This record gives sequence, C-alpha cells and structure tokens, in this order.
Amino acid sequence: MRKLRKVWLDGPYLVWMAAFIIIPLFTIVYYGLTDKSGAFTWNNILEMGTPARMKALFLSLVLSLIATVFCLVMAYPLALILTGMKGGATAFIVSIFIIPMWMNSLLRILAWQTLLERNGVINQILGMLNLPKLYIINTPYAIALGMIYDFLPFMILPIYNSLQKIDPNVVNAAYDLGANKFQTFWKVIFPLTIPGVISGITMVFVPALTTFVISSFLGGSKILLIGNVIEQQFTQVGDWNVGSGLSLVLMVFILISMAVMQHYDKAADEETTRL
Amino acid sequence: MKKIYLPGISRLHGKEPCIMSNRLIDLQHITKAFDGTVVLDDFNLYIRENEFLTLLGPSGCGKTTTLRILGGFETPDQGRVIFDGQDITSLAPNKRQLNTVFQKYALFTHMSVAENIAFGLRIRKKSEDYIREKIRYALKLVNLEGYEERTPDSLSGGQQQRIAIARAIVNEPKVLLLDEPLGALDLKLRQDMQYELIRLKDELGITFIYVTHDQEEALTMSDTIVVMNQGYIQQVGTPEDIYNEPQNAFVADFIGDSNLIDGTMIQDQLVEIFGVKFACVDTGFGVNKPVDVVIRPEDLELFAIPDGEDTQSSAYQEAKQAAERLNPGYFEGTVSHLIFKGMHYEMEVTAHGFEWLVLSTRMFQVGTKVLMSVDPFNIQIMKKPESEDEKAVGLETM
Amino acid sequence: MKKVLSRIYLVFIFILLYAPIAVLIIFSFNNSRTRAKWGGWTLKWYVSMFQDQTIMSSLWNTLIIALLSALIATILGLMASVSLLAMKHKRRSVVLSLLDIPMLNAEIVTGISLMLLFIAIGQFLSRWGYTIEFGFATVLIGHITFNIPYTVLLIIPKLRQINYSTYEAALDLGASRWLAFRKVIMPDIMSGLVSGFMLAFTLSLDDFVITHFTKGPGFDTISTKVYTEVRKGIKPEMYALSTLLFVCILVLILAFGRGRRRKPVLDNLIRV
Repeated sequence: MRKLRKVWLDGPYLVWMAAFIIIPLFTIVYYGLTDKSGAFTWNNILEMGTPARMKALFLSLVLSLIATVFCLVMAYPLALILTGMKGGATAFIVSIFIIPMWMNSLLRILAWQTLLERNGVINQILGMLNLPKLYIINTPYAIALGMIYDFLPFMILPIYNSLQKIDPNVVNAAYDLGANKFQTFWKVIFPLTIPGVISGITMVFVPALTTFVISSFLGGSKILLIGNVIEQQFTQVGDWNVGSGLSLVLMVFILISMAVMQHYDKAADEETTRL
Repeated sequence: MKKIYLPGISRLHGKEPCIMSNRLIDLQHITKAFDGTVVLDDFNLYIRENEFLTLLGPSGCGKTTTLRILGGFETPDQGRVIFDGQDITSLAPNKRQLNTVFQKYALFTHMSVAENIAFGLRIRKKSEDYIREKIRYALKLVNLEGYEERTPDSLSGGQQQRIAIARAIVNEPKVLLLDEPLGALDLKLRQDMQYELIRLKDELGITFIYVTHDQEEALTMSDTIVVMNQGYIQQVGTPEDIYNEPQNAFVADFIGDSNLIDGTMIQDQLVEIFGVKFACVDTGFGVNKPVDVVIRPEDLELFAIPDGEDTQSSAYQEAKQAAERLNPGYFEGTVSHLIFKGMHYEMEVTAHGFEWLVLSTRMFQVGTKVLMSVDPFNIQIMKKPESEDEKAVGLETM
Repeated sequence: MKKVLSRIYLVFIFILLYAPIAVLIIFSFNNSRTRAKWGGWTLKWYVSMFQDQTIMSSLWNTLIIALLSALIATILGLMASVSLLAMKHKRRSVVLSLLDIPMLNAEIVTGISLMLLFIAIGQFLSRWGYTIEFGFATVLIGHITFNIPYTVLLIIPKLRQINYSTYEAALDLGASRWLAFRKVIMPDIMSGLVSGFMLAFTLSLDDFVITHFTKGPGFDTISTKVYTEVRKGIKPEMYALSTLLFVCILVLILAFGRGRRRKPVLDNLIRV
C-alpha cells in the first residue's frame, strides 16, 4: 500500500470528472442566469411561472409521487418473498426481476404504447372477451402506469439488498422475545430496511420527475411533463437560456427531494437510537 | 464402578448440582431431517429445573437443531416437546416461556441498548416504570450500568453479548437457551464470561441450556453435559462422569486429550495392551474380549532409566520397582518429543510403536529411556462399538 | 396458502415485467403493416431492417460507442480506484462524492449540461474559426462520463479483497511496480474489471437521454433512431430492431452472469 500511494493515478479521472461533470453544471447555472447578450437576469427562472409550465411541473410531481408509492407498495412484498426463498434457483429467480433494469427503457415504454393503443393488444383481447375497452393511452394514467413499470426494478433491488443483509437470527430474536409476525415486521424488519427503501424511493422519484420519454410515448402531444417542457426548449425552440433557467428550477426540486430523503434517513437513525 | 449409563444415577457423582427437582422439559422421540439428511434420530432427553445443561458436540451433531426445536424455530418431523407438563411441539416461539441468546448476539442494531432490553417488555405491554426498573436491574446484572443510550454497534463483542443476555433475561423466562454465545469472543474474554454465566445462573435461579463445541466451556460451567454426535446422544452425565468415565471412544476422544488404544480384556480386572498385562478395576466385559482402552495423558507416570544402565543395574531395578508398585504392567519407551506448556510439560513417549501423550510436571529430556505405568484406577475400559460403522462415525469426525 | 399467494404474486409481477417485451417481440414477426391485425409469421422486417442503410449505421454507431466508452471508462475507473484505496480520507471522500453526482442527478440534467458545455466551447472556439461538431465524439464523451462511476463501483470491492503483501513480495523479488501490478494484482481484480466493462457496455447500449442531447442532426444510435421513428409512427422494422437489442442485452447479462468463474457478474449486477 505504501508503495502504491505515490502514484497519482486518479489524475485523468479527476480532470475528466471536472471537465464533464462539474464545469457543465456551472454552464447550466451561467446560461440560466444570463440573457442572450450575456447580461445577468432572473427572467429565465421566472419563465417557470407561466400557467402551462406550472401545470406541467405540478403534473410531474403528482405522477412521480404516485409512481413512487405504487412501486414501493408493489416492490416490498416482492422483495420479502424473494428473500424468503431457498434453494439453488434463488439467484436466478431474483435476477429475473432485476434484469429489466438493464433493458432499454425506451423500448420497454414503446411496448406499452403497443399494448395500450386504441386498437392495441389489450383492447383487442378485451374486445374478444366482450369486455369494455380501456382508453387510457394519451392520459396521465398511462404515463403513471409507464413510470411504475419502468422504475419498479429500481425499487425491488435496494429493498431486496437491505433485506438480504438482515441476520435471520435478529428476526428470530424478535419472535423469541414475544413479538408476533406483525410486530416483528414493523418493529424490526422494516426499520432495518429503511436505507434500502430510501435509496429505492430516490431511484424511482427523481427519474420519474424528470422523464420526457414516458410522457411523449404514452401521453401523446397534449400532455406535457416538466421534462418535455425543458427538452423542447433545447431541441425545438432552441432557447438555451430559458431551458437552463427551467433546468435550474428542476434541479432545485431534485435537491429538495434528496434533502428530504437524507433527513428521513437520519431521522430514522436518530429515532431508533433514541427510543 | 464402571457401568452402563443409567439416567439419574451417574448424576449423583461428583459436584452436587443445585436443587434439581422435577423434569421441566422432556424431549420425546425427536426426529428431524433437512433435505433428507437426518440430523436428529429418535432423540430423547429430559432437562430438570434449575439445571445448567450443556449440549456438546462437533459441528453437525444436531446440538443447534435441538436448541432451535426448544426455541420453536424448527418443528420436529416426529416426536414431542413437553414443557412443564404441556405439549409445546408446535407452539410459536413468541408464545414460549423460554428465551434465546443467539450466536453473534443478533441485537437490533437500529435500537439503543435500552430499547433492545425493553423490546420483549414493550411487546408484553408492561408499564414504562416497570420497564425502566427492569432495564436498570438487567444492566446491573451484566455489569453494564450506564450503557442505556449506547448503540449496539458502539459496543465490543463481550459487551454486546452481555446485552443479548440482558435482553433475554428481563422477560423472566423459565429457561434460557444459549447458542454458542461465546464463540465470537477471544480466549481471555471467553474465560471471564464463563464465570459470569455461572454467577448469572446462580443469581437468576433458572434453567440454562447451553450449546457449544468447546469441551472446556462445557466442563467448566455445566451441571450436566450431553455429548452428541451425528444426531445421537453419546453420553449424559456430570462433567466428572464425562471426563473420567467416557462411555465410548468418541466421548473419550472428544473430551480432553487422551490415549485411545485397542486392548483385550483377559478377565475381570486384567487388560492386555500391546502384549503387556495391566491391572485395572473394570469387570463384566467377559473373557478375552477386544475392548477400547483410554488412558488420560496426565495419568501416565514416567520413571527414568539412567543412560547406559543395563536391566540388572540398581537404577533400573529401582525404576522397575516404582513402576510395578503402581501397576504390575508397565511399558518401556523413549521420550520422543518435549514441549514446555507453562503449567506442565507435554511429552510424547514412543513405546511398542505407539506415540503416547504424557502430561507431567516433571521434565524428561528427549531421548530419555523411561518406564511408563498407570494406576489401575485410571485405566478406562470401553466396549467396542457394535458395528464397524459406528466406529468409523466416532473417529472420522475427529 | 401463504405460499400459493406469494407464488401468484411473483407470477403477476413477472408477467407485468415481461409481457410487454414479449408482445413487442411477437410483433416483430407480424406479417402485416398495421398492428391492428395479425398477418401470420414473417422475417421480412428483419430483412428490410438489415437492408436499411440508416438503421445499419445507427446499429454500428451504437456498438462502437458502447465498446469504446466501456473500454475507456474501465481504464479511467481502474486508475481512479487504485489511487482511491491509497488516498487519505478527505481526498477519498471528494473523489467518491464526484462519483455520486452523475448517478444521483437526473439524466436530463446531465445531458443538458454536457450539451451546453459543448455549445459554450463551440462559441468560444468560433472566434478562431473552429467549430464543435455534435456527433460521434460528443456522444462518446457523454457515455464515458456516465459510465466511469459504475466501473469504479465494481472495481473497488475487488481491490479491497487483495492481499497487498503479495504485491510487496513481488517487488521484493525484483519485479518492477508495473510488472508486479500486472502479474499480481490484475489477475485478482479481473472479474471486477470484466463486470465493470460489461455493465458500462450495457448502460451505453441502453442509453437514450444523454445521447439525445449530445448527438448532432445526422448522427443516430439505435435508441435515438427508435425515438424519432416512433414519433413519426412506428414502422415494423423498429420492432425487429428492438427485439434484436433486447436479445443482445439478455444474452450479455446471462452469458456473463452465469457459468464463468464464481458467477461474479450477476452478483455484482444485483448489488450495484
């Protein structure tokens, strides 16, 4: 170790990260707070205040919250079931539920478009069964569904990992001390998985809040999320200053959500040590 | 003197245990298999009230499974667990009047020490005053007063162990189950904790059932030791019984160091080892029957023969007389190894092609020619196992 | 009862996750231009996909970018990881928090920030008559940037497991530092390097958002190609292309996740 220390191999890495992570973030700040001539202005930020943009921001927040709650409620039982499995095939079965994480999300959303269309697969099947058809494509419902589908594996993984880390004897100890299954879950198992739950929430909420692919595939052209608004500023309108200003607002929301999560993480820590 | 073990009789030997009145727990015909591997096979054992009982054996002998069946974490495939006259075989762990101290402590890392100890009491909806008082009492009992607000992660292994014990005993269980609780501690701490546990048991006046693979731990603390191997009980008895009168080669080999040799029982009180006839005290093995012979290394006595002396010399005769005074039979051998162990010397003596382990406070240099003898009382004769299989079982696990 | 319920739940989630993908794959074999009806099995969309110049060039771009970005990110990640272990605490926490930024930040922000950087550099250079062309190079830089943190995360645990006295023993026996590193340390961390490379390759193959903002008009990867085509109306060739990509990724994950020594990659993937 002593001999390795002298080598400053992280040089290229630090230069790279500074050039392509740090400086670009400052570039957003620069463009966001200047006008076309380079003079300082708050106007780009205030652009967020238009009714259409506020509506998009609000819808993004609501849909990403709904998606996060659904993912949590669906993923936790699944992670519990996976943790309880025994036998040689366990690793394989777990990976089945994780692999979609690495499958192109654009294409997976495209698949849902195919399923949900007016004449899509689901409606054809419903038609064959003489059931009422489902017209949710191009509505916020379809977007929420797409978000849940797309980000579910990102919730399963951290919760499963944190459940894996619990010593089975800790659970046994709770039973041994008289707790029933319900008490054991809420007093021991769940508190021990809070770090996993929190990282799962972050991994679902932030991408859902900022997506523009899911809304443009499943929401049609009429429903815009904040991601679409910003994306259009850059690729269609070409106003980088306003786009940057709006991005800064979005970043504030990302930072707030992370701070809240950190707070809960800490609070959970403190509460459990205090009680 | 030597007899086949009868429950209740050999317990009267040696250290007088605490008041052991009635049978508190009765394990009847317990059989348990995992994935087709039988871990316990028709296992029968009873545990008396206020007893410090140790399940001792190598890993895989079924001792932990027995404890888990008692705690309710496993259900036996067959057989019954009777606790205080009630069948609790399939009663859930949270309904049992016994508490467990787990391997590696299994503390709740997201709670403070006080919260850990209060866990069972809060579940039982005790008043906060009662809980506070209990926490104080328990921490005092385990010598960790003032540790209420610490987190388990900030404690040493020994301290975590004490908290795990405190957490279990505040619930006033009738029985405390301890699953290798000292396994993760270093040697010195382990020895301290052994005394600590004995003190705790005396103060609490409850039954301890202790699982370990460490024979020294078992000998130090227990009222009763149950030696197990391959899902079967090998011997039940007081530490003295187990050490001095091992019932078979497995127990003799597992408990302490010993010299385990084949012998032939010529007649009552006479055994032949490597062609030499030794007096012994055992009877009832029949005539000219092959037997296992165990001699503890500290029971072998050495008598040096000065170098170059022939068998007629007075020095040799003196040694021979001393050896014969002990036992008419004796071996002639050579010291082949010598290690100083602090309290004593550990030596190996080669005699009749067998390397005998000898412990003595007297030193004999390597190369010294010696006569080696043993008090008849200290020769332990055991029946050969019935079949070759059983013998293989006993030896391969060592 | 409980067991049955949990089985049903597993199957439900499984169907939810995989049915859409299965439908998409089936449509790639549909011998009918509209999705509204099933026209029997065909491979013609695969044939026409392979004959389409723009699709083929986007496929080629995707593979080259994935390969190069994974390679460069693994090398940079290895160098960073090695020095990370030898670092003092403060400096290490700086380097580690740098890793967090691209992983925690929204992709759209990372993409936009890179786009703005390239625009700003372009404006700066235009004074001397130079321009920055959005395309291969800018996309590659973007992919390397988001790949580096993942390679570091997979290499570091392997480096931690190494017994450094073997490295010192090699030096003691007269090996140069580079030789000692290659012969003693590299074999031990190889599985970390391979899984880091594979994860980076997969992430690059999958990426849409970063590519979307850093690519120029004439340059496409499969993801961006699908995006523009879908907005115009889905052509069946896109289903064929999607199927191809799904199959590639599945094969990659399974090939490196199973078999191979000590099944390291799958475990690592599950633990990222």
